[in-house]
Amino acid sequence: MADKNFLPNQGELLVSSSPHIRAKETVDWLMWQVVIALLPAVVISVYFFGFRSLFIMMVGVASAVITEAIVQKALGKAITISDGSAVVTGLLLAFNVPATAPWWLVVIGSVFAIAVVKQTFGGLGYNFINPALTARAFLLAAWPQYLAGNFPLPLDSITGATPLAILKGTAAGTLPSYMDLFLGNVGGVLGETSALALLVGGLYLIWQKVIDWRTPAAFIGTVAVLTWVFGGRGGLFTGDPLYHILAGGLMLGAFFMATDYVTSPVTPKGRLIFGVGCGVITVLIRLWGGYPEGVSYSILLMNLLVPFIERWTAPRVYGVQTVRA
Amino acid sequence: MALKTFLGGVHPAPSKGRTGDRPIVTAPLPQKVVIPLAQGGAPCEPVVKVGDMVQAGQKIGDSQAFVSAPVHASISGKVTAIESVLCPTGRTSLAVVIEGDGSDTWIDSQGRSLDDLSPADIKSIVREAGLVGMGGAMFPTHVKISPPPGKSFDAVIINGAECEPYLTCDQRLMMEEADTIILGLKAWLKVTGAPKGYIGIEDNKKEAIAAIKAAAANEDNIEVVPLLTKYPQGSEKQLIFAILGREVPSGGLPVDAGALVQNIGTTYALAQAIITGKPLVERVVTVTGTPLKNPQNVKVRIGTLFSDLLSYCKLEGKVGKLINGGPMMGIAQTSAEVPVMKGTSGILLLSPEEARVLPERPCIRCGRCVEACPIRLIPTLLDQYCRHEMWEQAEQGHVADCIECGSCAYVCPSKRHLVASLRLGKAEVLARRRRNK
Repeated sequence: MADKNFLPNQGELLVSSSPHIRAKETVDWLMWQVVIALLPAVVISVYFFGFRSLFIMMVGVASAVITEAIVQKALGKAITISDGSAVVTGLLLAFNVPATAPWWLVVIGSVFAIAVVKQTFGGLGYNFINPALTARAFLLAAWPQYLAGNFPLPLDSITGATPLAILKGTAAGTLPSYMDLFLGNVGGVLGETSALALLVGGLYLIWQKVIDWRTPAAFIGTVAVLTWVFGGRGGLFTGDPLYHILAGGLMLGAFFMATDYVTSPVTPKGRLIFGVGCGVITVLIRLWGGYPEGVSYSILLMNLLVPFIERWTAPRVYGVQTVRA
Repeated sequence: MALKTFLGGVHPAPSKGRTGDRPIVTAPLPQKVVIPLAQGGAPCEPVVKVGDMVQAGQKIGDSQAFVSAPVHASISGKVTAIESVLCPTGRTSLAVVIEGDGSDTWIDSQGRSLDDLSPADIKSIVREAGLVGMGGAMFPTHVKISPPPGKSFDAVIINGAECEPYLTCDQRLMMEEADTIILGLKAWLKVTGAPKGYIGIEDNKKEAIAAIKAAAANEDNIEVVPLLTKYPQGSEKQLIFAILGREVPSGGLPVDAGALVQNIGTTYALAQAIITGKPLVERVVTVTGTPLKNPQNVKVRIGTLFSDLLSYCKLEGKVGKLINGGPMMGIAQTSAEVPVMKGTSGILLLSPEEARVLPERPCIRCGRCVEACPIRLIPTLLDQYCRHEMWEQAEQGHVADCIECGSCAYVCPSKRHLVASLRLGKAEVLARRRRNK
């Protein structure tokens, strides 16, 4: 039969386990979606903080990607820098420093995030704690003079305090308006100030089904409720939840850091609990802790609880009436 | 009203248009058939010898074992060999090879009327006709309709979901043979004594729903249930939940939820066996895929070689993968020289590009597999346990409940071989349970 020519020779048909079709989404696609979602915040940051901000972001990304390549090469692993995960880490780290930070600080942060936090545990998928946030915590402890206190104010060459520091009373200054907070026309680290840009990116990721709405909804919702109940000077239920949502790193943390796949729960219920936990710790630190801001520590602390949360929130298996131990 | 469905699942592209819009055609009578003696349950012993002349419909294999169904000659001719052959299930089986005489002479048979049959008569017809589950599993049907002592069926569900992409043989049967399928359902109701029958059909098969609804219009105890189009809607456990709102207990059988689920093809075959008195020797197979010029649903004799059907459907492109069944749960073949069996619902060809397997990456814990799993397992966790041979943890994680539907691997962005891994773990856990008994 002539048409048998179309069948490969014996042994050349591909034989593999079902399923034989796969969805189009890949790890690379997901990671680059996150990069795309961060672009509005990149643009706004350059607008308010100038090209110094772009320079810092480029240093962050380049040093993260180069570090990843060097470590993978040294360990004899496949080099996977094109998957976009190091780009995300480098960019998020840059988002967490002020535009005035020295460039070498960002390099140290990126190297620490990739080489120590990510690659020593096995690379993408194996780190138990968020690399960019851990690097930020390390930098904050080692060089607080660059990361706390005075921040560059937008469209200006002078520096000042962040809105949360003013709100908390640990720094002097005038509280900016809601609209300035929403647009990002306030002092802060270079990627966190514009709630609008982060919201646009975050909603894009939810729409593309890259992230689960549960984590940011639970995180932001918890902060809103707790700051409304406990955040006011005039007693219970006198707080200003909107101010707490718009100011500081909540938007960045809730949409882009707490949703980091590797370091957050895989179960839907677990993501709700994870988000609520992040919200509670953030409010504890903001209202009663030593720092004006608590988003990054809240996420890092909750990262450590992920294995326990997953155990508690394993879904009930079909046909099994009792919850698993 | 929202369509009925189950929790979890995925939405692969249906890819059904090329065959679903065209009527079933009958394949030319094959010159040779290869009929495996193991087609559901224990393998049969041959009851013919090499050199015997046989007629179509003649029994050629049977077994004393309860969990086994007889097999029959699908064409008339001469038995030229009884030998071990490779089957599209991936196993080898003893098979009866018949060279046809071209006359298609049939055994004498007598049709009956369902009204004249007792439940025992129906059960006898089911066994003697060699009925097995024609969705793929090929479990002997007379066993399936015999509930263990103390248990009974209160509902019969005909599985018209056909959730596997590409496959349309059930859809076409429902559109073209709705009356016969309703007769088959009435026979299931009679043999089980169940008061209520359902036909669940995915909502993307509007014409099939309309045809079955028209055929069932005068039946008070038969309900047509449109279902949300979602894979694996046609999985037995998911179908029972969607229609009855009940779950089959872990480790149990559908009868533990009071339900008997039957495939469209099997139901049609039962009705045919009643109407004509002939056993199951032919079935409808969806022969499809991009390398074929003329993909279609073909009514073929059991034992026809895949290669004959590929010629008939005009193979004209390079083949990367040849699959028995659909793309989600089908079995990849090493050769086209394998016979159509009672459970062969589809023959799917993928081009070399479509068949390309992307490299596996580490799990990034995105959780897509957890949301997709219709059994609500945590596939990524079980995958780690199975790869590290942590069988106790895998068992506690209910790996044995995995239905191997492939939803987890389908959605995995890291392209991990989750089904292969969990299937291994499932086999190991079940083997350990047997050893510890």
